Amino acid sequence: MVTGVRQVQDARSRSYAHPQVQTAWLELDCGFPAVADVFEECIDTALASFDAAQLDAYLEAARFIGKLGRGPEPLLAFLEEWPAVVAAASGDQEPLLPQVMGAIRAMQKSPNSKAITPFLQTLAAIARRLQSAEQIELYIDIALNLMQRTSGSIHGHHTTFPSPGLPHFFDQAPRLLDLLSTAGLRNWTDYGIRNYASHPERQEDYFRLDSADSRAVVQRERHGTLFVDVERPLDLYLRALWRDSEQLVPYSTAFDELRKPIPYYDRLGMRVPDVYDDAHGPAGLVSGLDRYRAVLAHMVGHRRWSGQIIADNYSPFQRMAVEFFEDCRIETLLMREYPGLRRVFLALHPLPGETECDPETTSCLRHRLAMLSYALLDPKHPYTNPQLLEFVARFHEALGDGVSSTREMADLALSYVARTRRQSDQFAKVHFDNTVIDYRDDNRHLWQYIEDSDDEEFFDDPDKQNRKPAESQSLPPRRYPEWDAASQTYRPDWASVYEALHPSGNAADIDRLLDKHAVLAKRLKRLLDLLKPQDKVRIRYQEEGSDLDLDVAISSLIDYKSGVAPDPRINMSHRTDGRNIDVLLLLDLSESLNQKVPEGTHRAGDGGTAGQTVLELSQEAVSLLAWAIDCLGDPFAIAGFHSNTRHEVRYQHIKGFSERWDDGVKARLAAMQAGWSTRMGAALRHAGHYLSARKADKKILLLLTDGEPADVDVTDPGHLREDARKAVEELAAKGVTAFCLSLDPKADDYVRDIFGKRWRVLDRIERLPETLPTLYMELTR
Amino acid sequence: MSNKDQYLVRAEPFYRAQGREVELYEAAYAARLPVMLKGPTGCGKSRFVEYMAWKLNKPLITVACNEDMTASDLVGRYLLDANGTRWLDGPLTIAARLGAICYLDEIVEARQDTTVVIHPLTDHRRVLPLDKKGELIEAHPDFQLVISYNPGYQSLMKDLKQSTKQRFTAFDFDYPEAALETQIVVTESGVDAELAATLVKIAQTARNLKGHGLDEGISTRLVVYAATLIGRGVAPQDACRMAMVRPITDDADIRATLDHAVDASFP
Repeated sequence: MVTGVRQVQDARSRSYAHPQVQTAWLELDCGFPAVADVFEECIDTALASFDAAQLDAYLEAARFIGKLGRGPEPLLAFLEEWPAVVAAASGDQEPLLPQVMGAIRAMQKSPNSKAITPFLQTLAAIARRLQSAEQIELYIDIALNLMQRTSGSIHGHHTTFPSPGLPHFFDQAPRLLDLLSTAGLRNWTDYGIRNYASHPERQEDYFRLDSADSRAVVQRERHGTLFVDVERPLDLYLRALWRDSEQLVPYSTAFDELRKPIPYYDRLGMRVPDVYDDAHGPAGLVSGLDRYRAVLAHMVGHRRWSGQIIADNYSPFQRMAVEFFEDCRIETLLMREYPGLRRVFLALHPLPGETECDPETTSCLRHRLAMLSYALLDPKHPYTNPQLLEFVARFHEALGDGVSSTREMADLALSYVARTRRQSDQFAKVHFDNTVIDYRDDNRHLWQYIEDSDDEEFFDDPDKQNRKPAESQSLPPRRYPEWDAASQTYRPDWASVYEALHPSGNAADIDRLLDKHAVLAKRLKRLLDLLKPQDKVRIRYQEEGSDLDLDVAISSLIDYKSGVAPDPRINMSHRTDGRNIDVLLLLDLSESLNQKVPEGTHRAGDGGTAGQTVLELSQEAVSLLAWAIDCLGDPFAIAGFHSNTRHEVRYQHIKGFSERWDDGVKARLAAMQAGWSTRMGAALRHAGHYLSARKADKKILLLLTDGEPADVDVTDPGHLREDARKAVEELAAKGVTAFCLSLDPKADDYVRDIFGKRWRVLDRIERLPETLPTLYMELTR
Repeated sequence: MSNKDQYLVRAEPFYRAQGREVELYEAAYAARLPVMLKGPTGCGKSRFVEYMAWKLNKPLITVACNEDMTASDLVGRYLLDANGTRWLDGPLTIAARLGAICYLDEIVEARQDTTVVIHPLTDHRRVLPLDKKGELIEAHPDFQLVISYNPGYQSLMKDLKQSTKQRFTAFDFDYPEAALETQIVVTESGVDAELAATLVKIAQTARNLKGHGLDEGISTRLVVYAATLIGRGVAPQDACRMAMVRPITDDADIRATLDHAVDASFP
């Protein structure tokens, strides 16, 4: 079939030998020769499954599609695929056909008619995966929803641009439905619509599964047990049961279609799939977590007991047999250690029927070995083949109570291959069904190659391993999710936070600032002394306590002797009153800090706040606060942040908890500079991550900001606000109290949304140096 | 002397020596040197002291220390009675007067300023000044001070002062070897050796996780509890979960891992 070439001749006059086909052809009333060429075959398939009424409906629909004016492809796709769709959806086309036709009409009426062909072409594949009319209906709903929401319009009334993502969506749908449920597909689609509705190229990338976040969302929505969710339990499993610990590296199973990778390990770590569905084995259900455990246990067995063998001496068949025997040996040893593992292994191990493979026509080596492997693991196996039984006996004899060796297994395997060899083993047609034992690794560690072999395959490019990562000057970024209020989900790994040491300036500047506020400092000092922990506090009037309070005791005794009811609270005890507070001061260093303090707000005789920028004022305030906290002795840290899109949130370290309030810190503080935007959520999360690792009773995150969260790559002002609110909630859950001091006089509008009750707006900015330390003392009193 | 008798350990406590600690302790006692026992919870520190007190036929006074404990809880305090005040000796004072072994269990739980009162008793002076009463007690020749603590789980705040540490000779205790621990479990609970070995194996599984989310592994004491439950007819898996897994962790991941270890250990 040549597309794009207009055929002049009309195929309407084509005639068919079968009268029924001839009638149908006339009814179809179609002039495409390409359709005429395959029509007879299509009708034959349709006749096999449809009754007369269904056939009529089928032809009616086909006729409609043929007359859409979209060329022969949609019609061809429909004619060829529809019987398969109906068969997959349990044989009834009645509820389905109107649905599909409705969808086609909707696409035809909108500018999206180009998507009709991919829709029809992938429909059969979709139907095979979804298996029911209701599910297909859901799928069509998702597609139509996508179409409506992404078709563009100029003046808001009529949609005039086709949806860029829709054809790609149809192309990818079969693959996606392999990985996702329809609910997952809906979430994935919604995410794409929400984020890329107004960006056609990015939208195409997303729906083509080309962009990173598209894949990330697929990964998040997948069914089964995700590796990321069980990484810690698996690590604990290795440590606890096997005293082993190794880097666990997941590989992707979502986007490899030709060759499914198998677990393996090398010196860089244990490679396991990124997701396992629950397995329904012959002996019951095995959870995804247990499948991971089985994989790890098997690898641990190899690491403990397997040696290396020179591969060059063996044929591929012999190697395969050696691997089967060796796998069974280590599994037997594993089950000796933990007898309960037998259940899991046997549930995951295929149980091939003894007569499943015909040795006359197919290569049965895999089948024989799989049966043998099962028989070696399960003493209650059903097999009766005398050779198999003999080798099972020899295997157990070799193992005895000891651990045997890889060498011994190799010898046993060689003699097994020699004894059971058949001519048909060489056949190209290999029996694979029920022989794949998927929790076993690929045994690459077992073989040592002296010469380069051509049948060896690694799915890690060796060049890639040798390449060293480029030395970077700063720390690698930490990625944080961002809350998407519209969908009530997190956008995974959305913001990249780069942490760096703040550049240093001149420490004397800060000392000068402190001198300037010497009067204020003296006032603060008096307050501070009151707050300092008085290590021991006496509690009097206790019924039970560590000591007798003699004054009270004597008066009680007098009461007693004079016949009055004595006060029984004659003891006293002590209580330690220590402060246990960690505080992190987070400074918003965005561009707006460079603004001058408005004229006319400064007080006369204050040494001139006029002409100062907000940044300079903050510097003074922070210096005073730092000095005050240092006097109190509370551990504190200072950091600044600003951002330039989600890809670059800079978090600048000024003072750490264990650093002293010395010249190094003051120098960094003196060099404080402002620029860029305020992505508050990411910075709050990063700061919270440090605070939550602290052990103090009370952890305070004090945020000093001059505006609401904003960034240049976000158009919706509410989004970052919602994200910051979520970040504050997360902090609270970690036991960190976030408090915001805002310098924005208009902050009342949003700061309450973000910080709840914990905020204060400072409307006289020039009083900041005085307010900040007092605020802190009030907070921690 | 009936006062003294009540502190004697009458029946022989079951104790299986892990090394030469019994003879070493006897040597320390002969010289009346103060002894410190270190080791994780439930590994047999208290049992060892009890056993030694029985073996030496000396009274044993045990004090479980806690954060609210003050110096007067150890030394003694004035109480009121009808005629005025009356002094009541604390356990440490009683031990010093009677010539008993005074065992301060989990000493680091007490605050540091509290533990300083034991200093004069633990060096060459062997005296206990009761400053409130104005009395200086010379320790009885048989008196000995034993303290125990668990270096593993307490926070940095709860460490012993160097000045306290350096007044003691010390034993390091740990969970016994698997074979020995199995024997202990068999003797304490009466289950058969095979089951005891399985239980010990599960306990060791958890001990591998110490520092990776667990502050302490499953102690010998808990293994004995589990074995006791099984001996009373509880299903082994249930007994292990109840006595060995649930008590030591609230972390869901660790619980799942240990539950799996329990399942995997029974065929």
